[in-house]
Amino acid sequence: MTTPGPVILEAQGVTKAFTTPDGRALPVLDGVSLTLREGEIVALLGRSGSGKSTFLRCIAGLISPSAGTVTYRGELLNGANPGVAMVFQSFALLPWLTVQQNVELAMEARNVPEAERHAKALHAIDLIGLDGFESAYPKELSGGMRQRVGFARALSVDPDALLMDEPFSALDVLTAANLRGELTRLWEGHDFPVKAVLIVTHNIEEAVQLADRILVLSSNPGRIRAELPVPLARPRDRHEPGFEALVDTVYGILTGREEAAEQAVASTPGAAPAFNPSEVPLPEVSAGGLSGLLEILAALGGRDGLAELADNLSFEVDDLLPLVDAAVLLGLAEVHGADLEITDQGREFATADIDASKMLFGKLASERVPLIRAIVNGLRATADGTLREGFFLDLLRRGFSDDEARRQLDIAIDWGRYGELFEYDKESGQLVLGSDPAKVGV
Amino acid sequence: MAGTFPSRGVWRRPGLRPVDVIVFAALLALLYGLLRLAPALNAPFLPKTAPSTVSTDPADLPYYAVRSLLRMFIGLILSVLFTFVYATAAARLRRAEKVLIPLLDILQSVPVLGFLTVTVTAFINLFPGSELGLECASIFAIFTSMAWNMTFAFYHSLISQPRDLDEAARIMRLTKWQRFWKLDVPSGMIPLVWNGMMSFGGAWFFLAASESISVLNHTYALPGIGSYVAAAIAQSSLSKVGIAIGVEIVLVIAVNVVFWRPMVAWAEKFRFEESEAAERPRSLVLDLLRRSSVPDLVSRPLRPVGRALDRVTRPFGLAEHPLQRPVVRARTGDVFFAGAVFAVVVYGAWRALDYVHVSIGLGAFGPAFVDGAATFGRVVVLLIVASVIWVPVGVWIGMNPRVSRLAQPVVQVLASFPANFLFPFAAAFFIATHISLNFGGILLMALGSQWYILFNVIAGASAIPSDLREAMQLMGVRGWLRWKDFILPAIFAAYVTGGITAAGGAWNASIVAEVVNYGHHHLTATGLGAYIAAAARVGDFPKVLVGVAVMSVYVVGLNRLLWRRLYHLAETRYSL
Repeated sequence: MTTPGPVILEAQGVTKAFTTPDGRALPVLDGVSLTLREGEIVALLGRSGSGKSTFLRCIAGLISPSAGTVTYRGELLNGANPGVAMVFQSFALLPWLTVQQNVELAMEARNVPEAERHAKALHAIDLIGLDGFESAYPKELSGGMRQRVGFARALSVDPDALLMDEPFSALDVLTAANLRGELTRLWEGHDFPVKAVLIVTHNIEEAVQLADRILVLSSNPGRIRAELPVPLARPRDRHEPGFEALVDTVYGILTGREEAAEQAVASTPGAAPAFNPSEVPLPEVSAGGLSGLLEILAALGGRDGLAELADNLSFEVDDLLPLVDAAVLLGLAEVHGADLEITDQGREFATADIDASKMLFGKLASERVPLIRAIVNGLRATADGTLREGFFLDLLRRGFSDDEARRQLDIAIDWGRYGELFEYDKESGQLVLGSDPAKVGV
Repeated sequence: MAGTFPSRGVWRRPGLRPVDVIVFAALLALLYGLLRLAPALNAPFLPKTAPSTVSTDPADLPYYAVRSLLRMFIGLILSVLFTFVYATAAARLRRAEKVLIPLLDILQSVPVLGFLTVTVTAFINLFPGSELGLECASIFAIFTSMAWNMTFAFYHSLISQPRDLDEAARIMRLTKWQRFWKLDVPSGMIPLVWNGMMSFGGAWFFLAASESISVLNHTYALPGIGSYVAAAIAQSSLSKVGIAIGVEIVLVIAVNVVFWRPMVAWAEKFRFEESEAAERPRSLVLDLLRRSSVPDLVSRPLRPVGRALDRVTRPFGLAEHPLQRPVVRARTGDVFFAGAVFAVVVYGAWRALDYVHVSIGLGAFGPAFVDGAATFGRVVVLLIVASVIWVPVGVWIGMNPRVSRLAQPVVQVLASFPANFLFPFAAAFFIATHISLNFGGILLMALGSQWYILFNVIAGASAIPSDLREAMQLMGVRGWLRWKDFILPAIFAAYVTGGITAAGGAWNASIVAEVVNYGHHHLTATGLGAYIAAAARVGDFPKVLVGVAVMSVYVVGLNRLLWRRLYHLAETRYSL
């Protein structure tokens, strides 16, 4: 491990807010600071909604922060950052250019003479293991090979810092592991033309495997929740105790939010609470997925580590944690440290027949989910048990952006329909109370 | 999207809004501005030397065909250049977009043929005493029938560019020039080529109408296949018209085989992965070209030129915009810009109304609207009858892959074929059977526009997933139920696209379809098209202005009130 050198990039108090239609600012990032020095790999870890990609784009100079500053080598950015190259999740290759042309494009932009450009492109292609594919078009390549082109393109311009936006998450598990390994090998070797790397990821193991330092972001809005040094020598073995301990720690940090949410629900038992949906946003999860998770958890004896669960299901954090959130929110499971434990209700839900489990789901949802409770109560308060969706959308827009408000209502409708609490007519945008009031027992 | 217009985003904008009042005012101002380009009405501005007819010797036809083709391609090149400049400005300049896009919307709805007289006189004025003015006017008519569609398609591809590619281009620090040629043009190539091909087909109609034209009681003719037909009609020679039709069919097919088909196949290279076409368009001509040494021979001498251009355009800077702008200055700029645009529009509209008021009186709008209602009725009947006939036929063709492979090119040729070549046959028929043009006009308008419905329905029907068809078959869904719950909803989006295009085409065609001459017979129908055509023939510019403005109001109103709603419905409810 090298000692960190001079500062390359510095972000201070970066805040980014988007404006809702009624003029309210919705923060995505809240006062995030970061310093990237020569000789280090920093991982920015967070769940979806933590604004980690937004933060990376602020650093790349692609968007401007609402408040706070980003400097490159002391210079304030006012446009694309001149000292960085970026690797994209979707590769971002031009499909009409060959591998070689794609790699040369960045150098062409920097006005590198043709002969030199050619030589450097060949070197980068060789370095990243693409020789033989120079004249292929991206369409002819597999995902892994395409991302290699992305790396070659980024490295060919000898950037000061390499920014990576979830570079391996569009690849299958084996390919991703392979590329990650090669990246580590290159970084440890001597002809890696980059002085520092900043990687954005939602994969905890990836962060622990690659980074010297992990910044964990919380969600809605993104804030730095923890900064963890990774004092492990490379190459790192994911089965060594230090590695596993660190992964468990991060899982614990990432699920912490849900405890807070649970408290928010628990603090207002039964009685009608103040409707504040943004305090407990609904995770984007289907009832079917939820019952699948609980069945597996029940089969595993009712308690298992989150990391192991994710591993068994080959889930990434973004796949697993929303399910966990939903289970906790409904009181079907509880998080203890880095473990998930099923509750009695959860066991009942997982083992009951379809009608009984739907009824239980409906009951729990109308008791424990503020938005669904608000919908059910609202519908009951009207004479004919009908309300327009616009009413709830307006309520939600106080705490969410337009798209997010729509998404939240869609999830609530999906859950409510599954629990047979209410029906929804998409044509007219009407919500109608379920026909059988016995099922809607609060 | 096999075969449908890939520029659907055009219709995604919302319905009638208060700002449309401004838009209509701008329309009036624009029309008036065009009128002012024309010279003073009483000035002897027309060269008496220009021929009023061309020879009808079939031996001259090949030469005429080449001249016509040349006009078409010059029009296409101009349209592409216009598209690049206009669409890029609209997509990249924040303030310009606010003006350019509504303006494009208006231009698209103005019946081009109605303004032919005005543009002819304007261009003759630009090149006094020379045929070049007529030539320019004809090319301009072709240009106006192609450019708007292509511009909209390219603009839409620019603003819907994949975000990651935009970011990659910025972070690679491409210059403006590099970005345009490496990213903007390639990513817009497919919509550009498809819309170019469609518009080119439609432009034959305008070519035929613009080569031979009567202005101020004087007829002018340019050497071309359109004037040949006009001359043959004047001689009541159906056999010569027939020969011209044969040559035209050969032209349309040849241009398709030698130019458009290879272009479409070549443009496939620019397709993004996600939208892989089920069946890749192929072209024998392109395969031959690719195997030859022609591409290398052409590209080698061009490479240094490309390098030089790359160097020369470097000072224009990066394709990047500053992240921070002084807010106050930007706001002030916005206010001044909006104020200036508003003032120009209001002034122009007021001058236009004043011009009409002092010449023929504002009351002239009344009869024009009444005539418009007659033409509107024709368009409605046309759409209903054409739908009843062509929807079942199109579904049948589209659902039989073997038939549709044969029928697609035929329908494409039919859609490209200038319907005005067929007018004399219909006119002869009407004269012989004493059918009034009031009803016959519907048929004439349909000759050109109905194919859009057929074409799109075929595309829609062939795009129905086969597993869905199999499921319906297994469930025994047949008869009326099959049409009501399966086929009609499945082709609805494609049908709406066809209907919009067909209606637009019909309005435009009414200007030549409501007044038909055949030999010494003159047939006239009551309608807005006849109103405009009559005003144009005698050079009554205020009436032309009124007629064109009223027709635009009908077209825009119909688009906003009916078609866009149907389109929205198709997109949200019936998209497969």
